[in-house]
Amino acid sequence: MGEIHPETLLTTPLDGLHRELGARMVPFAGYAMPVQYKGGILAEHAQTRTHAGLFDVSHMGQAEVRHPDGVAAAARAFEALVPGELQALKQGQIRYTLFTNAAGGILDDLMVTNAGDRLYVVVNAACKAQDFAHMQANLAGCELTILEDRALLAIQGPEAAKVIARLAPEAADMPFMTAKAFALGGIPVWASRSGYTGEDGYEISVASAEAEALARLLLAEPEVEAAGLGARDSLRLEAGLCLYGSDIDTATTPIEAGLKWVIGKRRREEGGFPGAETILTQLAEGAGRSRVGLRLEGRQPARAHSEIVDADGNVIGEVTSGGWGPTVEAAVAMGYVKSAFAQPGTAVGCLVRGKALKAEVVPMPFAPHRYFKG
Amino acid sequence: MAKIYFSEDHEWISVEGGVGTVGITEYAQEQLGDVVFVELPETGANIDRGDDVAVVESVKAASEVYSPVSGEIVEINEELADAPGLVNQNAEGDGWFFKIALSDDSELDELMNREDYAAFIEGLE
Repeated sequence: MGEIHPETLLTTPLDGLHRELGARMVPFAGYAMPVQYKGGILAEHAQTRTHAGLFDVSHMGQAEVRHPDGVAAAARAFEALVPGELQALKQGQIRYTLFTNAAGGILDDLMVTNAGDRLYVVVNAACKAQDFAHMQANLAGCELTILEDRALLAIQGPEAAKVIARLAPEAADMPFMTAKAFALGGIPVWASRSGYTGEDGYEISVASAEAEALARLLLAEPEVEAAGLGARDSLRLEAGLCLYGSDIDTATTPIEAGLKWVIGKRRREEGGFPGAETILTQLAEGAGRSRVGLRLEGRQPARAHSEIVDADGNVIGEVTSGGWGPTVEAAVAMGYVKSAFAQPGTAVGCLVRGKALKAEVVPMPFAPHRYFKG
Repeated sequence: MAKIYFSEDHEWISVEGGVGTVGITEYAQEQLGDVVFVELPETGANIDRGDDVAVVESVKAASEVYSPVSGEIVEINEELADAPGLVNQNAEGDGWFFKIALSDDSELDELMNREDYAAFIEGLE
C-alpha cells in the first residue's frame, strides 16, 4: 500500500468530500484520489452496474483548442496529431482518438469534442503535462487553453440517465458520444454522454468552485453512491476498455491494440498523422501481435505482467490488465499475444507464481456495453 | 482452551492440542479490501516459519501470507474456494486459512498476544 504524502500530492476540488465520505485515499498520477469508500470496491462496482456510481475524475486534463478561422480549422490542425477523423465531427459530437508518435506508438488516448466554436479535449491525468506541451508545440495556428479551474465528475450506470433527466430534462435524449451545456440544480455544466465503465452515463465538467455542490446534489439522489478508482478499474476492465500505461503505450500501435476503428476512413486513405506509415502498413498486412481478452477457468486472477503461454508452455505474450470481474463472475484479463493465437476459443495459460492458469481467448467486452444510442 | 497469537505480518494462530488454526487478522482484511481468491497450501506440506504459505488476492492486489510457525499442514479451509468473501466477513473465524501441526511450540513465544497486537497496529496508523 502506498504512503500518502499530502505535502507532495495534488488534490481535487472534492478532496474534503472524499474524506468526509470515508474514502481510502491513494496516490494516483500525482493526486490524492479515492480508491474506495466505505462499501468497498465490489459494492461500488455492483452499484454502478445496477444503479449509478459517481466518480471524481477531476485529475484528468481538460483543455480547449481554438483557431482564428473556427472549429473546422482547429479540427484540421488537430488531425496532424491523431488518426481520428475530426473534421467530420458535427457540433456536440465526441470522438475517442489517440495521440500517436512517429513510430506508430500511442502517446495517450483522449476524447475530442466539437464544442461549436472550439474543440474540447480530455486527456489522461498521468499524461496531461506531456500532452498539453505536445499540443502547444504542434497545433499549428491554434490557441490552447488548459482548463485548470474545472473539475470532472462521471455519473455512470443504468439509472444515471434517470437522475440527470430529473435535474435537467433536456439532457435525457443526448445520444452516446455527444456533449452539450446545460444546468444541474442551477449549476452550469458541460456534459458528455460518455464514460469508462461500459454503462450509460455522463461525464460532467464543472467549475471547481461548484464541484462539491454538484457532487452533493447528485449523491442526494437515491440511485447514486460514490465510487472510487478501484471500481472504475474493474468496470473498465470488464468493458474491455484500455488503460493508458498498462494496455496501450508508446510500445503498442493502434492496430496491435485492436483500435483500428479509431482510424477514420479518410485518414486511412490520406494518412497525415504521426506514424501513419507503420500504422497503415499494419492495417493492411496485420500486426505481429494483438490485444485479446482472456477468461480464466478458475477464480484466481492473472494480473499485469503475467506471461501468457501456449499449450506447450511456450511464452506467446503478456497480460496487461487482469483481475476479478465482479459482474461476469470470473477472473478476466487482457493482454497481447502473437497474432496466430488471437482467435477466440484459443486455449492458453497465464503464468501466476510459476503455475499456468488455464484461460481462453474470448471476445471483448466481457460485460456488454449498454450505451444510449438515442 | 485454545490460545490465540498474532504476528507482525498480520496473521493469527489459535492453538489447541498442538494444532494451530491460521488466518489473517481483521486489521489485515480491512486493509486488503474485498478478497476474491485465496491460494492455500497443500495438505501434508511441511513448512518452515516465515515461508510464504498462502496468497490472498483482493480486487486490487495479491498479498503473500507467511506461516507464523513451522510444521505440517493438516487441513485447509475448502470453503474459501467458493466463498473467499468469508475472509472479509469473519477474518478471525470462518475465514481461517489452514491448520498446522506445530513442530516447535517455542516459536509461539515470539508472537504477540491480542493486547500487544492491538498496540502494534495502533502504532502503524
